[in-house]
Amino acid sequence: MRHLLSTRDLDLAAAVGILDVAEDMADVATREVKKLPTLRGRTVINLFFEDSTRTRTSFELAAKRLSADLINFSAKGSSVSKGEGLKDTAQTLAAMGADAVVIRHSASGAAQVLAESDWIDASILNAGDGTHEHPTQALLDAYTIRKRLHGDASRGRDLAGVTVTIVGDILHSRVARSNVWLLTTLGAHVSVIAPATLLPSGVETWPVKVGYDLDVAVDDNPDVVMMLRIQAERMNAAFFPNSREYSREWGLDDERLQRLRPDTMVMHPGPMVRGLEISAAAADSTRSTVLEQVANGVSIRMAVLYLLLASEGGGL
Amino acid sequence: MTARTVLQPADITRALTRISHEILESQRVISSGASDPAAGGHGDASLVLLGIPTRGVILARRIAAILDDLQPGASAVGSLDVTMYRDDLAAQPTRAPSPTQIPAGGIDGKTVVLVDDVLYSGRTIRAALDALADHGRPRAVRLAVLVDRGHRELPIRADFVGKNLPTSAEEKIRVRLAEVDDAEFVEIVGGDPR
Repeated sequence: MRHLLSTRDLDLAAAVGILDVAEDMADVATREVKKLPTLRGRTVINLFFEDSTRTRTSFELAAKRLSADLINFSAKGSSVSKGEGLKDTAQTLAAMGADAVVIRHSASGAAQVLAESDWIDASILNAGDGTHEHPTQALLDAYTIRKRLHGDASRGRDLAGVTVTIVGDILHSRVARSNVWLLTTLGAHVSVIAPATLLPSGVETWPVKVGYDLDVAVDDNPDVVMMLRIQAERMNAAFFPNSREYSREWGLDDERLQRLRPDTMVMHPGPMVRGLEISAAAADSTRSTVLEQVANGVSIRMAVLYLLLASEGGGL
Repeated sequence: MTARTVLQPADITRALTRISHEILESQRVISSGASDPAAGGHGDASLVLLGIPTRGVILARRIAAILDDLQPGASAVGSLDVTMYRDDLAAQPTRAPSPTQIPAGGIDGKTVVLVDDVLYSGRTIRAALDALADHGRPRAVRLAVLVDRGHRELPIRADFVGKNLPTSAEEKIRVRLAEVDDAEFVEIVGGDPR
């Protein structure tokens, strides 16, 4: 595979392989010289049609730590705002000699279109496409869970038997989808908890347990609780009465936090809306992995860039 | 495909013992020179053995154990992965990197002995020297190898050699060590039997 488009096509060996390479990449951050010469002379383009802070800077740092040249291309302030389409943008980037394109787009499948087209002959990394997938986020979540559970003995391990509860706006969440496929492949048991209006149709075909009550889910004693942001920008209808009611029913508040085990991980892909889906106490508690997730994101993206770009015949 | 065993387990042990003595001897020569303020202090070993994965790491550990018998606390041992520094990454299938473990005392001001199983083109060692520079500034860098088979493509030579094996480019050297292979020998595979 020359591209990373979704976690659904990763098998167990490939997934564990990426996490293991990320372990080695993490070591670079602890060294005197935080840079590897590996991708010297390669060009990576960050093609972001949607806003992002974490993912874009994370990919940027990862590419730079591997000595690749990186160009940021955001839709705002580019010819896209003058009406240029994806095809012409892609062909322009191809003409500039891009080796990899990291793409975020509001349309599900945008990365796939780019990968299957003959517009550009570069590795395509999906950094979020609509409500479809966000594979590097799921990989860094899996890495974070594995690291918390096994520490320095993480290499080679999967997540067999780990229980993960994903709570919130499942309908609009590409993070949830990527995590469902990846964590299941790694052997974890995944549940999704949401108001019925925020569950996609067809969720019964996913390899997950579906629930509607966060209190029941908390009392089920999960190893990991992953809170998702309400994606107001994708909501064109009323999915719940108001944010106070959502917060009361499906937010991780202080009282629910207290009922979790001291070692239950509280995860959030960011950006967090404190007071809505997660309370400040939950976000800042020792259970929270939010900042570890950000740090691990750089290692995961380095691993993926290395695996896709280092070898001419490379891939995952 | 013909295979001819050139080193038996006892030969390997003897070679490593001799290398260990040579390392200690050369270290005495270094320390009798100008004293280096960065070396020593707090009982830190001034000698750091860094094995190059996979089998170099095993050889480094064995040499460290022998050194420890000869002079307890003389050396620290670790591993140095060079995958990310190779110049042939593009031409080969993707390699999974191995862990790098630098001993707690670091390598600044220390004598670092790189340990590998076979010295051939010298490109792995070039990569190792680059990798080393990103971890610190050793006082000196030495190279110990179990087998030197010639055919250098770079101006690199070993300071400590277990056995010089003149080979042809068609031949392969196969090193097997008990810790990872359930067998222990060095053999030459292929080429014309001599």
